[in-house]
Amino acid sequence: MIEPLLELFFARYNYWMAIILMLIGLYTLIAKQNLVKKLIGLNIFQTAIFLFYISLGEVRGGTAPIYLPEGVDALYVNPLPHVLILTAIVVGVSVTAVGLSLIVRMHEECGVIDEDGLLKEMRHR
Amino acid sequence: MTLIDHLPVLIIVIPILASLLILLAGWWDRRLCYPISLITILLQFGAAIVILLQVMREGAIRYYLGGWAPPFGIELAIDSFNSFILATILLLAAATAVYARRSVEREIGPEKTISFYVLFQLLVTGLVGMTITGDIFNLYVFLEISSIAAYTLIASARKPRSYVASFNYLVLGSIAGGFILIGIGNLYVATGTLNMLDLARLLPASFELATVHAAFLFLVIGFSIKAAFFPLHLWLPDAYTESPSAVTILISTVMAKVSIYALFRIIFTIFSTAYIIDVFPVTGFILFIATVAMIAGAVLAIAQSDLKRMLAYSSVSQVGYIMFSLGVTNQVALEGGLLHILGHAVMKGCLFMVAGLIIYRMGTSRLSELKGIAKAMPISCAAFALAGASMIGIPPTIGFMSKYYIVLGALEAGHWVYAGILLLGSLLAVGYIWRFIEIAYFRDGRDRGSGARTLEAPASMLAPMVALALLCLLLGVFVEGLMEIVGPAASLLLGGA
Amino acid sequence: MKENVVIRTISRFLVPFIQVYALYVIVHGALGAGGGFQGGVVFAASFILMIIAFDLPYVRQRFNYKWIVICSVLGVTIYATIGLLCLIPSGNYLEYGAIEAALGIPHLHGYLIDAVEVGIGITVMAAMTSIIYDISNKGGESS
Repeated sequence: MIEPLLELFFARYNYWMAIILMLIGLYTLIAKQNLVKKLIGLNIFQTAIFLFYISLGEVRGGTAPIYLPEGVDALYVNPLPHVLILTAIVVGVSVTAVGLSLIVRMHEECGVIDEDGLLKEMRHR
Repeated sequence: MTLIDHLPVLIIVIPILASLLILLAGWWDRRLCYPISLITILLQFGAAIVILLQVMREGAIRYYLGGWAPPFGIELAIDSFNSFILATILLLAAATAVYARRSVEREIGPEKTISFYVLFQLLVTGLVGMTITGDIFNLYVFLEISSIAAYTLIASARKPRSYVASFNYLVLGSIAGGFILIGIGNLYVATGTLNMLDLARLLPASFELATVHAAFLFLVIGFSIKAAFFPLHLWLPDAYTESPSAVTILISTVMAKVSIYALFRIIFTIFSTAYIIDVFPVTGFILFIATVAMIAGAVLAIAQSDLKRMLAYSSVSQVGYIMFSLGVTNQVALEGGLLHILGHAVMKGCLFMVAGLIIYRMGTSRLSELKGIAKAMPISCAAFALAGASMIGIPPTIGFMSKYYIVLGALEAGHWVYAGILLLGSLLAVGYIWRFIEIAYFRDGRDRGSGARTLEAPASMLAPMVALALLCLLLGVFVEGLMEIVGPAASLLLGGA
Repeated sequence: MKENVVIRTISRFLVPFIQVYALYVIVHGALGAGGGFQGGVVFAASFILMIIAFDLPYVRQRFNYKWIVICSVLGVTIYATIGLLCLIPSGNYLEYGAIEAALGIPHLHGYLIDAVEVGIGITVMAAMTSIIYDISNKGGESS
């Protein structure tokens, strides 16, 4: 009974890991009150996607796709997903930066950075 | 090769350079920022018109960046559909740019104007890039450029509420971005290409794969969040209400429309009608949700006590109309849907401009404090009435024409019940539009004098508003000319020539 | 922050190495793994190390906001200009081969790619540094 399930898990364990990480990230986003923790959850969520992409490009036994001298033959991993995810990482960094600076501003204005506190603060104004 | 051939890339690169120029010029003299921004956007609009005419005359333009032919390189592909969207969004961006100057001075403060215009330029450029790119990953990159600019612009109202609105949008927008990214990854796994036309060619072979179904769902949900399609609209009311007026106009007209464009592009060009009707039947579901969105958005709009928030919920309802045409999936309804993309952008732009003017003069947009405002601001309220009539769908405005075609399409496809509910939704629109008209015209103001003192806003803010209000009417009257643009676009989406 | 001689000396010693490594990564972008993004981030890491080891005003004095704006504008301008230059010999945007063919200089496209990478690197470095400045300065004085 358990054997085929394990088989299913280990045959594609990289995707399972990406899914688990993604769910951890989404859980953090939904369940945590503190906005900084929410942002960390967002980062975990994005990292899961990066992991998914990076494992896409993997070729078993492949080497880094670097220009080799004439006559040398090698099996390359697929560089395209890695290049794509580089862009996505930059996007993730920028989003985190914007989010953090928003939190800094909220802290300056209201003095709280958790959801309930902010809601209370909003109702007062 | 003349300069005209390079317009697709120049329309992206020149504005990016212009945004840097704004940054540098702002050091020297802050007053230079606005003219540079305005000239750039007007140039972009001119270029968009040239591209539109060229596409109508000679067919689709395909531009290979770096000379690399697809599927290896990134291409810019402009066909009859996105040239129409391009012209629409740049028309609205130009109107917003004219409007922005005084509103920015008032609401953002002089020391932040430089950053505002830089971000404004980047937002428009990102959306233009999203519209004309032919590469799905490039679409994602431009989406994130425009989104990050939008988060910052929403927060630029510098109130705690706008920070919270911006943060909520940031979280939801990033989740949407993540979903889109997963969808793109799945498509890449299934086909090994990222070029949209190449995907459209290769995808039918693997329609049955679970990977493709997952990709479809991730992409559609991601872009639905971005487009604020009904149950996923939660970021929208706060973001629209709490941002500065100019930003509200830009994101409610331009940005929302581009997200819907992307959704149409993904569903029709990449997955094709065969997929959504036969392989993975979702049209009925989309139709249902769109109907719910129309009704729920309108009801929520009626329940609001703030003018801007009311208009924001009205946007949720109007996105429902456009998605309704997607759900019907036939030529006539899609023509109506595309008309509604233009029409809704024009009328909602006008309505938000009126709301912005009221905030500019009154400092508030709470409906209870706007009694008898029509005496003080006659032109604005008249523009509101005209654009509101278009929102309700009173002939001969553009709002009537687009809804007419959507209903006609629905009847043609045999969706009698849904068509009836759509008409009911239009009646609900009367509810919220009339509410403001009644308060503005038929209630007496408390202490606003005898109307001798006019509070009408400066001409640079009135002009674009009046122009858009008249456009609501003119586009409706001269709808035949528009149909020549929209018709080929709709048949292109449905897989025709 | 309390003065710590060991940390300060070691970071002073490390910074040039980090920067040289960043330059290597940037210049290596045309041929192999590397490029402007990674190099720019590594370069910015050297500033971040300085901010951690010393304090913000110390670094800000030497690399202030004005320079950040100039660097980010310069980087993008390099990128866009080289792209636009390719239009002159009737190539497409960023079609380096067109310039190479027009001028007849072999391997010119490699140098052009390097130049573009340098532009990207400068911008990324400036952007990363400004993010650190803004966040560690409570959002204070930006533009």
